[in-house]
Parts: sequence; C-alpha cells; structure tokens
Amino acid sequence: MIDLSSSESLVSDDIKINKTVGNIYADDAKMSMRNVNVFYGEKQAIKDVSLDLAKNQVTALIGPSGCGKSTFLRCLNRMNDTIPICRVEGELKLDGDDIYAKGLDPVLLRARVGMVFQKPNPFPKSIYDNVAYGPKIHGLATNKAELDEIVVTSLQRAGLFNEVKDRLDSAGTGLSGGQQQRLCIARTIAVSPEVILMDEPASALDPIATAVIEELIDELKEKYTIAIVTHSMQQAARVSQTTAYFHMGQLVEVGETDQIFTNPSHELTENYITGRFG
Amino acid sequence: MMENDLHLTQHISKRFNEELEEVRSQVLKMGGLVEQQVNDGLEALMQSDFTLAKKVVNGDVEVNSLEVNIDESCTQIIARRQPAASDLRLMVSIIKTITDLERIGDEAVKLGKNTLKLPEESKVARQYVELKHLGEHVLKTLNNALTAYARLDVQAAIEIIDNDKAIDEEFDAISRLLITRMMEDPREIKNSLRISWCARALERIGDHTKNICEYIVYLVKGKDVRHTSLEEVKRQIQE
Repeated sequence: MIDLSSSESLVSDDIKINKTVGNIYADDAKMSMRNVNVFYGEKQAIKDVSLDLAKNQVTALIGPSGCGKSTFLRCLNRMNDTIPICRVEGELKLDGDDIYAKGLDPVLLRARVGMVFQKPNPFPKSIYDNVAYGPKIHGLATNKAELDEIVVTSLQRAGLFNEVKDRLDSAGTGLSGGQQQRLCIARTIAVSPEVILMDEPASALDPIATAVIEELIDELKEKYTIAIVTHSMQQAARVSQTTAYFHMGQLVEVGETDQIFTNPSHELTENYITGRFG
Repeated sequence: MMENDLHLTQHISKRFNEELEEVRSQVLKMGGLVEQQVNDGLEALMQSDFTLAKKVVNGDVEVNSLEVNIDESCTQIIARRQPAASDLRLMVSIIKTITDLERIGDEAVKLGKNTLKLPEESKVARQYVELKHLGEHVLKTLNNALTAYARLDVQAAIEIIDNDKAIDEEFDAISRLLITRMMEDPREIKNSLRISWCARALERIGDHTKNICEYIVYLVKGKDVRHTSLEEVKRQIQE
C-alpha cells in the first residue's frame, strides 16, 4: 500500500527547537503520542514528538517537505511496519491502549484507524465491492442485506451515494478523481473506524472536488477523530480545529488553528505559514 | 519576536514583499497628509485664515482617494496572496487604520468649515487659549501615533492610549467654559456653539488616534486590546 517514492525525504540535521510551543494535550484525547522517535535505519525522521489527537476534532499536520508529518501520520496506524528499516520508539496510544503492543494485530488496528491517501486508490473492482471489501474481511455483515446497508450508509456518509446509486456495479476506477477519493473515504468508513488519517487527500483534486472533500471532512468529524496532513495552509486553516507545525522531524508548535494562522508563537511557524525564508 | 520589525522583505516571493512595502508606504503617506490637514485646520481656526480653511476643505478629496486606493491594494493582496499571521494582521490593521485616518481627515474638514462660518474679523477662536492647547495636544498625539505606527512601537502606542483621558478632560473643561460664556451672554451662543463643535472635532481626532494605536498593538502583538482597560492592555502585552 505504501508508495515509497512519494514518502518525504529524511532529515537528520539538528535544529534548536528546545520544546514544542503550545498545548500538546487535548482534554478529550482519542489518541495520545508521547516522546515518539522514528528512525529509517540510521536516519532519525521524527524527534521526540508528543501530541494528542482530540476526539471528534480535525487535527492538521503541516510543515515543509521532509519535516516528518507524513511519517508521523503513518505511525498512528502502523503503516510504517511495512518498511523493514523503519523503527518506531515512544508511546502511542489509542483510547489509552498501546497500539504497538506485542500481539496486537495491525490489521485490526487499521480497521479502527483508517487511512486515506494522496492519490485515490480504488481497487480495480466495482463501486459496491470497493466499499464491501473491508466489512466482508472483517466479518461486519452476516448477510447480504446487512452488507448492502453498510455499503449504502458508507457511500452516503462519504457524500457519494447520490452520484453513483444507479451504477454500483460499474468499476470504481471509472469515477472522476474527486469521486474516487470519496469512494476511498467510503471504503475507509465502511469498517467503522474511530480515527481517520488523511495524507494530503485533496492535493490531486481540482478546487471544486477539494471543496466537496473539505465539506465532507467537516461532517465526518461528528463521528470520527481526524488527522490530516496537508501542504495547503488554507486547507489546514479551513478544516482543522488544531494545527501542529512540524520542522525537520520536530514538532515546533501546536495550537488552536485560529491562533496558529493569525498569531503563531514560534518564529519558524510564522515563517512557514507566511511564506518567508526560515 | 517581531518587535519593531515585520520582516516584510523576507518573503520568498519578491513581488509580495514589494506589494506589502508599497501599501505600507501608502498608509504612511496618508498619515502624513491627514496630519497636515489637521495642522492646517487648527491653524486656520486659530488665525481665522479663510484661505487656509478652504484649502483644508478642498484637501479632503486627496485623503479620500488615498483611502480608496489603499483599500483596493489590500483587497488585491488578500485575494492573490491569502496572507496569514503577521501579514494578515498587517492587512487588517491597515484597513482599519485608514478608516480612522479618513475620519480624522473629516474632522479636519469640520475645523475648516466652522472657521469659514465664524466671523473673519473678530478672530473668535483666538480668545480661547484652551482650544489652542487642546489642538496642539491632539496634533502632537497624532504625530506620535504615526511615528509609533512607522516604528511599530508598542510602548509608545500604549502611552498614547493612556493619554486619551487627558484629551477628554481638556475637552470637558472647554465645554464647561463655553457653557458659562453662553449663560453669561446669549449673543455669544452662535459662536460658542461653533467653537464647541471645533473642540468636539479635536476630541474625536484624539479618539481615532487612540484607535490607530490599538491597531499597532494588534499588529505587533496579535492582541485585540479594543474596549479593554489600560491595566488589562499592559498585562496582555507582557504575556
């Protein structure tokens, strides 16, 4: 599932960021990460990052290419397990339980913590089967009627149902880019996750399709906890309640999105979001 | 972090740097023009100088057109650049500052218009040394505020906000004086009212100047200190 060519460049240079500025703690934390370090072989990609994801909120992870935001996101559902040289240290908890605990099945974890990628990647199957696949393998439906219901509800929640209801049997790959991305979101929510991770979900889409996805993210947060990596500052400002700014593998600043985009505390954050030389 | 320096020249986009510099220098230009208008308005009033009074009344056109141009520039920058953080605060503070500058310009025009309606020969205003003091005080405050704006000097801005009380008190004293005059000699009512309106215009200039200083605090510190007590303002910016 992981396209290594798109993963961001690794960083090892030291920069003086003594401590994350702002409040890393959420009152109602769905996920809690403490002192997370990630290494690709000898290279350290994440340095001592601590952050909570608040329940039913959207947390945006922003920062320049290679800052570690995608790497950090992938740790949250153990996507990095598939990279042999990747080593994750620290405490990562979902509802207080260690997600890197021995004996914990990553596949079950990924059903609870779903992921949507930059490029829409529907299976080469029908729209129906794309959504039904997850519930089937996780045994979420006992009969066809239940499965139908899950498929319809998921497509509805992803805001796609009305556009595809007459052609559920046609190929998922035949949809437009924006529709494919919403199909992938429907596929993710079909297995009833608690957390949805999004890695630049709209960067390959036009402004209209992007607006639809952003509207959807806003609705989805009612039921799910969301973390989104985005290169679009305006997108982070629009969709998130909390923003975390990464730089060279470190978490520089966390704060309410309103504050980060009007009055950031750290100079590196200021430089990044205003497009200045850092 | 950004005290006295907004790092306007450090954007990756050189064009953006230029746009921000340009709009900021336009604001400073408008400030200088408005200050001149107030200076001339006060001079015309105190000297009963009708020629100068007419010049002030006619000069408002330039102030207004600067306001419109700066607003337009800000709109374009917001549309094209989607400024954030200090750049966004700069845009917001400019848009608000020029509104107050334009209103200060309007008050200067009031000084000019009232001058033209007072009898030229009698040199009425000159009898009121308190009015002269108020005018000079307001003018000095406006000058300080524009300097604070150019230098992004929060400390100076706070002193000016603090100083507004003194201006209000001077205005109240003049009002009491004028009321006494009117009660003593009802024939003086017409002129006294005009003098009162001029004092009022000066007092309003003080209020607009105070607003501009609040925008300076917002621009530099990111704190909205409007409708906040001075103690609270001082506490907030020390955070």
